[in-house]
This record gives sequence, structure tokens and C-alpha cells, in this order.
Amino acid sequence: MTWWMWILAALAALLAGGWLFRFVAQKITGNRPYFRDMPFAVAFGYVLAASALALAVWYYFQPVMTEAGTPDAGVTFFRWALHGFVIFALAAWLFRLAGRHVGTGGSRKLFRDMSLTAAFGVLVILLYAFTAIFAAWLAPYGQEAVFDQVNALPGGDAANGGNPDHLLGTDQIGRDLLSRLIYGAQNTVGIAFATTCIAFLLGGSLGFLAATLQGWFDNILSRAVDVLMAIPSLIFALLLMTIASAWAGSQQWLLTVYMVFIIAVIDSTRVFRLARAVGMNIVVMDYIEAAKLRGEGLGYLIFREILPNATAPLLAEFGLRFCFVFLTIAALSFLGVGIQPPLADWGTMVRDLAQFINFAAFSPLTAALPIMAAGAIALLTVAVNFVVDWMLQRSSGLKE
Amino acid sequence: MNPVVKIILQRLALGLLTLFIVSIVIFTAVNMLPGDFAQAILGQGASPEAVEAIRRDLGLDQPPVTRYLQWLGDALRGDLGNSFAQANFSSFVGEGSGGARVTVAQQIAPRFANTMFLAGVTAAIAVPFAVTLGVLAALYRNSAFDKAANVATLTSISSPEFFLAYVLILFLAVLNPVLPSLSNIYADMGFGERLVKTLLPALTLTLVVTAHMMRMTRAAIINLLASPYIEMARLKGIGPMRVIVKHALPNALAPIINVIALNLAYLITGVVVVEVVFVYPGIGQLFVDSVKIRDIPVVQACCLIFAAAYILLNLTADILSIATNPRLRQPK
Amino acid sequence: MTEAQEQTPLVRIRDLKIEGRADETWMPIINGVDLDLHRGEVLGLIGESGAGKSTLGLAAMGYTRDGVRISGGSVEFDGIDLLSASAATKRALLGKRIAYVAQSAAASFNPAHRLIDQHVEAPVQHGVMSRSDSVEDGIELYRRLRLPNPEEIGFRYPHQVSGGQLQRAMTAMAMSCRPDLIIFDEPTTALDVTTQIEVLAAIRDIVDQFGTAAIYITHDLAVVAQMADRIKVLLRGDEVEEAETREMLDHPREDYTKSLWAVREFRRPQKPDAAPGAVPVIEVDKVTAAYGDTTVLRDVSFKIHEGRTVAVVGESGSGKSTAARCITGLLPPARGKVLLDGEELPPDYRKRSKMQLRQVQMIYQMADTALNPRKSIAEIIGRPVEFYMGLRGREKRRRVDELLDQIELPGDEFRHRLPSELSGGQKQRVGIARALAAEPRFIICDEVTSALDQLVAEGILKLLARLQDELHLSYMFITHDLATVRSIADWVVVMKEGRVVEQGPKDEMFRPPHHAYTDLLLSSVPEMDPDWLTNLLAERGVDNIGDAAADKMQ
Repeated sequence: MTWWMWILAALAALLAGGWLFRFVAQKITGNRPYFRDMPFAVAFGYVLAASALALAVWYYFQPVMTEAGTPDAGVTFFRWALHGFVIFALAAWLFRLAGRHVGTGGSRKLFRDMSLTAAFGVLVILLYAFTAIFAAWLAPYGQEAVFDQVNALPGGDAANGGNPDHLLGTDQIGRDLLSRLIYGAQNTVGIAFATTCIAFLLGGSLGFLAATLQGWFDNILSRAVDVLMAIPSLIFALLLMTIASAWAGSQQWLLTVYMVFIIAVIDSTRVFRLARAVGMNIVVMDYIEAAKLRGEGLGYLIFREILPNATAPLLAEFGLRFCFVFLTIAALSFLGVGIQPPLADWGTMVRDLAQFINFAAFSPLTAALPIMAAGAIALLTVAVNFVVDWMLQRSSGLKE
Repeated sequence: MNPVVKIILQRLALGLLTLFIVSIVIFTAVNMLPGDFAQAILGQGASPEAVEAIRRDLGLDQPPVTRYLQWLGDALRGDLGNSFAQANFSSFVGEGSGGARVTVAQQIAPRFANTMFLAGVTAAIAVPFAVTLGVLAALYRNSAFDKAANVATLTSISSPEFFLAYVLILFLAVLNPVLPSLSNIYADMGFGERLVKTLLPALTLTLVVTAHMMRMTRAAIINLLASPYIEMARLKGIGPMRVIVKHALPNALAPIINVIALNLAYLITGVVVVEVVFVYPGIGQLFVDSVKIRDIPVVQACCLIFAAAYILLNLTADILSIATNPRLRQPK
Repeated sequence: MTEAQEQTPLVRIRDLKIEGRADETWMPIINGVDLDLHRGEVLGLIGESGAGKSTLGLAAMGYTRDGVRISGGSVEFDGIDLLSASAATKRALLGKRIAYVAQSAAASFNPAHRLIDQHVEAPVQHGVMSRSDSVEDGIELYRRLRLPNPEEIGFRYPHQVSGGQLQRAMTAMAMSCRPDLIIFDEPTTALDVTTQIEVLAAIRDIVDQFGTAAIYITHDLAVVAQMADRIKVLLRGDEVEEAETREMLDHPREDYTKSLWAVREFRRPQKPDAAPGAVPVIEVDKVTAAYGDTTVLRDVSFKIHEGRTVAVVGESGSGKSTAARCITGLLPPARGKVLLDGEELPPDYRKRSKMQLRQVQMIYQMADTALNPRKSIAEIIGRPVEFYMGLRGREKRRRVDELLDQIELPGDEFRHRLPSELSGGQKQRVGIARALAAEPRFIICDEVTSALDQLVAEGILKLLARLQDELHLSYMFITHDLATVRSIADWVVVMKEGRVVEQGPKDEMFRPPHHAYTDLLLSSVPEMDPDWLTNLLAERGVDNIGDAAADKMQ
């Protein structure tokens, strides 16, 4: 066992490097306050980051082929990842630049204080929305179309077991994977979006009602939500899906509908909590008291006084809840009890394609297939989270 | 009575009450199965003996309240009923229900131990790692490190568990065969071997949980460092280390404990998917398998166990943060 | 002490510029201020909120908060350049030679440690004394600061000690190393008047005894007059003027300073008593009210006649706001009744008719939370116009403009603005317009001026007085500020612990003799006279001021 000795040696080298870096910087700059008061941890952090960067650059320029002539999958994947990262970062930067110069005054102002991660998020969300809406035009084939060649490898190279008609190959019963990946945007994202909307309608309206009415109405609902939230949501969803599958019988599409409602109800408890908390914060404001004392009715209070002040936190919460619902549905599909075939869906695709990962050493592209489907899920949730994070920071910044 | 003890007793009672109501919810949900319960479970092709066995097992002729009390009483004594899968299987063999049947408790016990082991390994890696990173990010907030950590944790939180799992498999099992990608664990395995096999699922869970825990720790510490008494300590000329250890830490304890307990509760959900990916013989995988074959008693029991663990962890968080609060410990 | 040391000031600030970050850009907070402070001298820094006085005070310690930076100038403490000093050098000064007393003692004591442990931390860490010496010294300081049970109080946790006592314990903590300089950052702002006077007396006493130099930051002129040898006036990051305290009070040079002084002069003559048989607009009749099991109002009665202003005064927790909640119907009283024009009002506001609701309007303390941030000014004022008067379209607009005119805001400019685009005083005016829009007979003013700077507050008071004369309104003024009472009230109701202690016409109430509590309350309000505190202490004795005196009354 020598690997841990290597790690220890590297750590010692880094520690020494950190000390040396600070010492040299102090000497060169003539004890500038920044370096003079620099804690050792910070110096160490700089050296660590610099070393990691150097390592990454070195690894990037390793040859793609090993000396034996087989592809070096590690380098290949690293290059792909880095290229993807650079392309997306560049695209986000250009997108933000464009947003700052085109459009109305309001939208330009929005882009001006947008972080790069948020611009990336908005760009990705727009791309997904576009793909989902125009899936039928973008996809080369229908999602249910079955072809003769099963398990065609991706790459479109016939010599390597591929098929030029199917760029990403076909699955075990001969469906075009690229088409299914594109239709997945429509199904997976669309269903998650609809579910989130239902959850918001249900949880949001009850939450605001509870905050405004208070008293026994609030008490009963809050206790009920407490109990429902005491069961972990994925577990509860799985339990209810068991029951639902018995109700649905052989009608698979019905099971998908049940799933939408089950997840919407489970998730609406979280929405209820937030809407109630946000509502409570607004209800204690003096302007609500003034409106109550004026003799205003419940409808006016909720829609005219409370709701306009709750849009920012609710919008942020909508993003977070969407991610959560999206991930729950993906997890259920991955476990085989979510969106049912023949609908194309990313979670199911990951499960079906998972064994390809073992081909990584021979054909990196094949191994990338399950990662691609899973990555499609991750990319969207990351994008939404980036945007939400930016929104939350903006609204908390405004308060100060 | 000391107010802390009183509050803790109240919380305990509330936790038990919640668990009781949750058991009712689970029971009711299962009883919403359509039509003939037994037939629905076994499907049309089941033998009459198997259907009859399940009827008798569940006492379907009795009213729901009686059945519930019976089930609860049995569950409290550790008897979680018999697995349908077993009944179904034996009916096909043609033995009737008289043969040696595996009870749910027997089925769950070893897998529960496996899951606890996985959760334990994850917690042992994730907790110190996440808390350290969270404190560092809070101390150097708005630095490059903090921003990078923010992006990294957001990405990790947003990714589905199976994405992280396959990426780890790709790099640590396929490309660089350091760790096994399948966690086949046996009862008589040594600790070392067991640990190696558990490491990959544990690492996957660590990635997810660390991100959550780190963000929450960071927020708690930043909140704390903004308090006037920290500024006061600095203005008294106290060194940065002492400010952290003596002034921030005693007050940070409650929020950090809270964060840890909440994230361990979060592990419970994560464990299901990860166990399936790595074919780890834990309670999560058993649960998913039972859901697929509609093995109701097992589903019910697993649900109850998950919910109990979840409630217990949340309760622990609550009680520990009460116990560490000086305002409550030292009454007026 | 040598001659040279006498000459060089302890603190020497030259052309100091400080900036604060707002939305990615740096905005100036202090634009080039000079400051000299000699040993043993107390300098008062006064200014309105946003004048940069706290920032300047902290900068004198070489410290800036997060998001604030020093962009130019120099700060020297006893010849040491604090801006270029290393972190270790500064740490060695802070706590040992320069100490700080914060505004909120409750938030500035660490809740996890006992007071004495926090007290001894600086002396022990700086190696000034041993722990046991420091504990003994702490008890001695507590005694000098007239804290009750000095031997025992240090062994309590902060949440077990009251606000005024904590503030004195913090002063003791600042004194623990016998520093050369203490920065007092609004130490009495959060306290009630009777508590404030005790803390003021204690601080002044101990600063005198040890000959400590101090910078005393406050927005209250009367307080600074008692504490400071010299006064420096700040306005939006600029120095207005600086002079000896008496000189400054008697002969302010700048217009701004003069206007600050003049605020205190606004006084309205008391109106004659209402005719004997007149029916009061609002009558509170033997009201007792409770939140849950805790009774907060006991047998409270008072009358408010047309065109008169009744001031309800008392310290926090005296029940004055609860009385208002009973009148508006937010808290139905347990016993007793509220009458409007001689007719009994339903206890719960939900049972009242639109007409009854219209007659009783309210203006709030915090204009920020009283106006819906998502609605324009025209919508806020227009809603009651539409709701009660049924006006719509052009008529509603005309009425809104009329109301804006009444509160002296030009309609064209303000109609479509959001509350966030208004200053504090303008928001408060909009709040008044919203109340006026209902065309009420009676308005409750809940601490309407206490969140405002003095000049702005004076404008609001004058506006309210003018409106009262024009529209024959009756006001109930809830306040803890007796200067406001003196300027606007006709009738004064003094409350303590949910009871009315005494009530009567203003002129009588401000003339002795009265109830002991009223006397204590009135005498505790600082006056502009620099000798006021000295005279008061000589007259009443140290044991007969503040909470100590209030406790004796029970």
C-alpha cells in the first residue's frame, strides 16, 4: 500500500508550497498588508487550486489513444467534459451579452445584474423548452417507431456496429435513441411541469387561506401536513404507486396519470408550508391590518394585498419544487414504477441503458449513453437551481 | 420540573403521536386497494389456496379498525406478518400455505442491518467533510473558494442520485478498477471487505448529502458571524481562532446538529435509489422489489420503518437543539 | 504625563473617506471628516440616521463592518497609524486601550457565556490582570455602576438580566482594562426614559472617575448635551460644525444646526376643555383586556372630544398600544366598552358596520410596513376613497389629488410612485392621506414620529396639527416621547402596567404636583440644558431616579 504515502507526500508538498508562496509574496511585495495578514489556510488554498489547475491542463494534453492503439477513455471523457464546460460557459456569456443589448429596458436591466451561472441557467431552460415544444419536428423518428436493427451502437459507423440512420444507435427492441432522448424532454419535463403546477395550485391556495383565516382551519391543515411530511416523500410515493398500480391494472397510461396526482399531493404539503409561512409574514404587516380594519373581504385580502407581495418567494419556490418533482419522477421511472412505456422517458432510459457503462474502455461513446440520459436530467435541474439561487440572492440583497 | 426536560418530554410525546398517525395513514392507504384485496394482489392467475391464505392472514372479514389494531399490536411485538411473495411462490409449487414461510421480520432484519451500515459509513465520511467545508466557505465567503463551492454543491444537489452513481462507477469501477461496482454483501463477510464493497454507494450518497449539509452549515455560520456579539468579541481584540472556538462554536452547535440530523433523515430517501443502482442488499432495494410485485406486508413494514427513522432523526435534531440552547438550559 | 503628550491628541483623524457597497458599486458614506480627541475628553457625535456617525465611530477604532471600506485619509490612535497597522497590532489595542459599547447590549453579549466570563475575557487575553483579579475588579465596577446585587449579577447569563442592567454591564466590560478611549454607540437609544437616565448617570460617573476619553454617538441632542464636552454635528457624511457643548447649544452657527435646535421649540397652545355636556367622539369606559391569560389592561377609562388631541404616554409594556387595539376592535375587551359618539361599538371589528369602521382610522409607527410595497401611492390612497365613498374613475382621481394636496405632496410627481421610492417622512404622509381618505372623525396615531428624524418628525406634527384645525379631527397620540406630548397634546393620559396612573389637561400635567410615577416619568426626559442631569441628581439623589425609583413605588 503505497498510494496513501503518495497522498501524504503530495499534501506535505502542498503545505510547504503554501508557506513558500506566502513567504515569497511577502518579500516581493515588500510586506503588502494583503500578504502580511494572509492566514496560512488561504495561502494553502491558492497553492492547492494552482496545482489542481496544472494537473488538469497536463491531463488535457495527454494523447487520446494509448500506445496499444486503444482509445484512452479517461482522457476522452475529460476532454468532452471540458469542451462541454467551455462551450456552455461561452454560450452563457454570449447569451448574457446579447440580452444586455437587445430587448426592452426592463429585460436589459435584468441581464445587466445577472450572474454568469444564472445566464447559463436561463439559456438551458430556454433550450429545453424549445426541445420539448418542437420535439416532433426535431426528432428524426417517432418515439414508438421500432426498427429492425436492435442494439445498434452509437457513432453511426457501420464498421463498429453502428448505423448511419441512427446517430446514437438503437435500444434493445430497436427504437432510435436520439429520437427517444428528444421526446424525453417533452414527456419527462412536461409531466413534471404539470405536476408542479397542480401542487402549487393546491398547496398555494390552501397555504394562503390558512395564513389569512388562521384559527381552527389553519390548525387542522397544519397538523395534517405535519403528519404527511413525517413520511419521506419518495417512500410515500412508492407506497401510493403500489396501490395505484393495482387500480390502474393493465392500463399503463392511467398509472402515469395517477403518478402525477400522487406526487402533486405529496409535494403540495411542502408548498403549503412555504405559502403559509410567506403569507404569515405578510399578514402581520400593518397594511394588512389597515385593510382588515377598512372592512375588506377575504378575496381582496388574498389576491390584492397578500399575493402581489408573495410572488418573488413563490417563483423561487416554484423552481425548487419543479426540480424536486422532476427528480422524484426520474427516480420513480428509474426504479420502474414511474412514467410507463411506450412514452420515452429519461429515467427509464438510464435504467435500460445502464449496462452499457461497462463498455467504457472499448467505446467511450456507448458508455456515455446512460450518462447522457441522466445528464439531461441533471443539466435541467442544475440550470433551474442556478436561476433560483440568483433570484434568491437578488431578493435578499434588496432587503438590506 | 426543569423546562428543558418538560419540553423534551413534550416533543417525545408529539413524535410518538405522529408515528401513530403515520401508521394509520399507511394502513389506510394500503386498504384503498380496489375490489377483492387478495385477488388484486395476486392477479387473476393465482391459485384459490393462495388467495384464501392471504384472506385469512389479513382477516378480511373483520372491520378495518379491528384489523388495524391487530396489525399495530403485532407490529409492536415485532411480528410484521408474512411475505406475500413467499405465499404466492409456495402456492405455485402447490404446497398450500402450510410450509415454512418467511416472515417479513426475518426478511427485513439482515437488510436493515446492511442499510444501517451503509448509512453509517456515509455519515462517517460526509459529516466531518461537510461541516469543515461549510465552516470554511462561511469564513471565506464571497471568495473564489466560496463561489466554486457554491456552484459545485448546487450541481451536486441538482443531480439525480443515479447520475452521480453512474459517473462514479464510470471513473472508479470501469475506467480505473479501484472499487467494485456491485455491492454483493453476505452475512459472514469481514468488516474490511464489507467496507470496500460499500464504499462506492457510500461515496455517491456522500456527494449528495455533503452538498446539502455544507450549504446549510455555511448559512448557519454566516448567520451567526453576523451577530453583534461576534463583532463585540472582535472589538475586544480577541484573536480569530478564539472568536470561532469560544464565541461562535457554542452557539453554532445547535444549528449544526440540526443540519446533520436533517441530512441523515434525507439519507433515507437517497438510500433507495442508490441501493438499486449498486444492487446493495439493503432495505431500500427490498422495498422497491416489494413495490414491483405488490408484496403488501413488506411494503407496509418498510414504509413504517422508513417513517420511524425519519421521525426519530427529526426528533433528535429538535431535542438536541433544545438541549444546547443556553436560554432554555438556564431559566430566568 | 509630559507636555508633548498633552499636545498630541489621542485620536487624530484626517480627511477620512469611507465607502459602502450597494449593488456592486461603492457609495460614499463619509466624505472627508477630520476629528481630534484629547485624553480625558468626551466628544459627542450627533446626526440623523444615515449621517455616518456609527461608521465614523468604528473607524476611529480602525474597524470597518463587512461591505464597508476606508478609501482615503488617516486614523491615528496615540501616534499609531491604525489603517496601516497589522492585524495583530490592532488586536493588541482593541479591548485593551480602545473599547466599544454597542447599541443593543442584549444582542452584543454572547448568549452562551455568563456576564463575568465575558467581562474577564479581554483583561485575561491581553494579559492585563489575572482572572481572579479581574473578577474582583468586575464586581467592583458593577457596584460603581449601581447594578443591583453586584456580587451575584455577573454570574448570570445575558438573557436573565434586564436591558438597562445589561447596558451598564457592557459599560463595565468596556472599562475592564481601563482603556484610554471608549466608543459609545447609541447606548441608551433602545431603553425607556426612566431606564435611560440611570444608564446615563452611571456612564457619566464612571467616565469621569477614570478620566477616560470617549466618543459618544447619539441622535438625541438632549442626551449628548449631558454627556459631551464638545459636540460634532454630522450630516450625510459631512461635518457641519464642531464646538464646545455650551457654545454649540447657545450659539449654533450653521443653519442645519439651528434647525435641529428649533425642532424642540414647536409647541401648540392647549385648547380649552370641551363643554361640560358634550358627547365625546370616543369614550373608553372601564376597559379590561387580556392576551390569553395575561391581563394587559385593567379598568382603563378616558374620553376624546372633538378637535382635541389626547396623548397616551407610558413605557414599553404599559398597555398604551393595547388600548388602541381595543378601540379599533382588533382585541375585543374582556370587560368594559368603547363608545363612538355616545353609541357603543361592537367589540370585534368584524361586527362593525362600514360607517363605524370609517370613523376610526389609524396611522402606524413604521411607514414601511404600513404601506403595501407593491401598490402605487394613488392605489393606496384611492382604495378607501373607492371603498367607502364609492367614487370611481375621474372623481376618484380628483379626490386622490386633493388628498395629496392636503399632505403637501405634488400629485403629478407622486401619484404613480411606489412606497419604496419615497423617503420616510413622505411615506408617513401617505399613511396620513390614507387615513384622511376615509373622512374619519377620529385617528389613532401610534408612535407616528418615533421612527423619523427630528426635523421630519416636526413637519409631520405640524401637518397633523393643521389638519386637525381644518377638519375638526380628534387624535389619540400613543407615544413614549414626552417632547411630542408637550408640543401637540391637549389632554395627557399616563399609563403604567395596564392601568391609567393619572390623567389631566397638558398644562396641569407638566406642572407639579402629581402622582409619583408621572413625576418620575416627566423628570426623566432629558432637557437641552447641559446641567440638567447634574441638577436632577443633586435634587433627587442617585437612588431616586430610574428603575430603582419605579421599583420603590410598588
